[in-house]
Amino acid sequence: MIKLTVDEKEIEVEEGCTVLQACEIAGAEVPRFCYHDRLSIAGNCRMCLVEVKPGPPKPQASCALPASNGQIISTNSKMVKDARKGVMEFLLINHPLDCPICDQGGECDLQDQAMSFGASKTRYIENKRAVEEKSMGPLIKTNMTRCIHCTRCVRFSTEVAGVNDLGALGRGENMEITTYLEKSIESELSACVIDLCPVGALTSKPYAFNARPWELTHIETIDVMDGVGSNIRVDTRGNQVLRVLPRLNEEVNEEWISDKTRYAIDGLKNQRLDRPYIRNKHGALEPSDWDTAFNKIKDGLSKVPTNKVASLVGDLVDVESVFSLKLLLNKLGVENLDCRIDGAEIGQDGRSGYIFNSGISGIENADALLIIGSNPRIEAPVLNARIRKRYLKGNFPIGIIGPKSNLTYPYQYLGSNSLDIEKLKNKSNSFHKILLKAENPMIIVGMGALVNDFGSIVLNFLRELSEFFGVVQKGWNGFNVLQTAAGRTGALDIGFTPSKKGLNAKTIFSEGEKGNLSFVWLLGVDSKDVLKLKKPFVVYQGHHGDVGAHIADVILPGAAYTEKSATYVNTEGRPQLARQATYPPGEAKEDWKIIRAFSEYINNKLPFDDLDGLRNKLYEDFPHLSFIDEIKKPRWSKFGTKGKLKSFELNSTINNFYMTCSISRSSETMAMCVDQLNRKKLVAE
Amino acid sequence: MSKTYINTNDQFHFSFSTKAEKTIENILSKYPPQRKISAVMPLLDLAQREAGGWLPISALEAVADKVGLAYMRVLEIASFYTMYNLSPVGKWHLQICGTTPCWLKGSDDILNAIFDTLQIKPNETSKTGDFTLTPVECLGACVNAPILQVNDDFYEDLDYESTKKLLESLLKNKPLKFGSSIGRKSEPETGTTVLLKVKGKKNAG
Repeated sequence: MIKLTVDEKEIEVEEGCTVLQACEIAGAEVPRFCYHDRLSIAGNCRMCLVEVKPGPPKPQASCALPASNGQIISTNSKMVKDARKGVMEFLLINHPLDCPICDQGGECDLQDQAMSFGASKTRYIENKRAVEEKSMGPLIKTNMTRCIHCTRCVRFSTEVAGVNDLGALGRGENMEITTYLEKSIESELSACVIDLCPVGALTSKPYAFNARPWELTHIETIDVMDGVGSNIRVDTRGNQVLRVLPRLNEEVNEEWISDKTRYAIDGLKNQRLDRPYIRNKHGALEPSDWDTAFNKIKDGLSKVPTNKVASLVGDLVDVESVFSLKLLLNKLGVENLDCRIDGAEIGQDGRSGYIFNSGISGIENADALLIIGSNPRIEAPVLNARIRKRYLKGNFPIGIIGPKSNLTYPYQYLGSNSLDIEKLKNKSNSFHKILLKAENPMIIVGMGALVNDFGSIVLNFLRELSEFFGVVQKGWNGFNVLQTAAGRTGALDIGFTPSKKGLNAKTIFSEGEKGNLSFVWLLGVDSKDVLKLKKPFVVYQGHHGDVGAHIADVILPGAAYTEKSATYVNTEGRPQLARQATYPPGEAKEDWKIIRAFSEYINNKLPFDDLDGLRNKLYEDFPHLSFIDEIKKPRWSKFGTKGKLKSFELNSTINNFYMTCSISRSSETMAMCVDQLNRKKLVAE
Repeated sequence: MSKTYINTNDQFHFSFSTKAEKTIENILSKYPPQRKISAVMPLLDLAQREAGGWLPISALEAVADKVGLAYMRVLEIASFYTMYNLSPVGKWHLQICGTTPCWLKGSDDILNAIFDTLQIKPNETSKTGDFTLTPVECLGACVNAPILQVNDDFYEDLDYESTKKLLESLLKNKPLKFGSSIGRKSEPETGTTVLLKVKGKKNAG
């Protein structure tokens, strides 16, 4: 520990702290532009000057100065105040001061700090420099004249995002931040540079000129675009979601979110189901009302035996809705229910077999990593950033069996066939020794390894492999399943899987195609397989007119993730609360309410009347879900089926990062990103 | 200092000659294998000489591939240092120092002489394409100011007349000998004034 004095206050800080961090611990405010906790130290804005004794008789940049014993630091002496004023004057020499037309206005570090620490007027009458706008793709709007060259964006893209696309060209007055030959940034986290930019140089393109920060209402909620469950803040005005910003959660997403999380929200405005629909005699969907729709479902349901009834839940569905639907189906005696609409063979025996056991922050404690059947960069960009963070610390061998992709860290490629997993057991295998030697080895299993007819066998094999290599040992569980769907873990926790006699998703699709099923209730299911269900009577409950709605006989309009208070369990098994930010459009309702209302309609009333009642019942049946934001570590149990590993190719289940769900498919911004990507591919070819 | 203009035209295809490949091996051997990226500066210089005095994008990328750096990082380096030209220059690259000592000693006369002879201003290339004039900051030879750098050579103590002579020799493709045009070493024009007594002794000064 180091003892030092900050503004006449004695404090102790840990070894390796910088003076700026020490000042923060002491509660002294130090202005800064270039310094950021999660990025390397640049020391080029000079805003964080403080007076340090003993030392040279001049102010020093606190962000790059190590704290040491006996330092006497003052952050508000005359020298410091003058120095800041001077630095601010320099920064503003070439800054356009176009705050009234700048999107950063109201939440701009430069604006705030110029008010707090700057001089009241300028002494410069010379012309300011002007910089041409740069093209950085459909997400980032540039106005480089405003840039103060803090290089946060450059450091972020190089260090966290792991792409060397951004850089500073030229020197001195002619320095310009730009991308390599003005191409867009090829990263799934690229828009984080907008949050990092302390001025209005990089702002959000889709949000441009939409609102001022003080007009917005902030709601802290959870993202559903991938299995990570990033913590987000949704900003709304009226009943419209205007933007999504990341919220700090060290355990989950640190302070990054993916571009999809941030920009798919304009999909919430398009293709919405805002009233019930019924398919008429001519095969066309026509608007209807709740009573008629419920009546029609009741009719459809009454004629069929329960073994011809099936139900599926989709990827974006919250725990409460799944739970309500399951209660209803149990009452009706339906056994054909499943949430694994991609056909993944997981989740029927033991929670440790389908969650990310080590936790996302656990990646930082691992010392060897094997990724099987997954491309974490597009399946969970934020989690991939965590792997890169661990890689940058050094001594982290990474092996991949699965798709060969451009990840943001080097790896040892061990093949793409399932039989390559078996080869790991050979002592001659190059990764065998690494895993055996590692103290905290980790395996990440993607859906790519599990969504096929042998998924359960692969799972069993990986469990045995984990036990063999010490991936699971006392105090460490590095067996991780990377879920790609936000609602999957929750639905598996609830047990929305077929009973022993019941049909699973794969068979429901194939039997439905053959006409062996009569009634299918789809809760937010929009995978391509749904199109097979042309013969049975289909009820689609969901929020977007996507694949599921196309084949539905009755459509019940539900609420999207920003429109309901709901629980989502992320891939770690961490229940998190999403809060309502806006109201569902038109006559749409929260999904659990629809199910509860329908249950009363068929005289099978569910035992709750409000959300609290529902949650009480939920927590009673599944106590671990009541521990919001906490992971209840499951006991290691046997899962998977014994059998011989068959040969098949392991591919990622996601081909197109920007369009993975009904919301992102309806988003114009995501469509622009796809377009950009395709154009790039064309050029490359 | 002038703004860096980057020629992004991709019609220039660059690859190192076999002779250069050997030099590259030699250069790389001077650095530890894990610090190979440090060789980026000499390699850029080599590429510039090979590509005819400037670095097309393809040359930058060739260097980046040799040392294992990202393209953007190499572009940053090349645009930071004035010794790398990112757009084509003439056969004779004239770099005129305009920093205070040279300016006081008459760098403007050199500029005038260049304009009168070749009709080019700073940052321009002559119509024939043989001469490019670039204004630069201190070339580090203030003692014999003013300086004009022609490709790799310094021509010192220039004035209007001597610059004209130099340019005419360049036009004839027979460049004058580099160094001071008035034949002095690094001493005052009036001869040495200090340490006269120790003159001739070894270790003097």
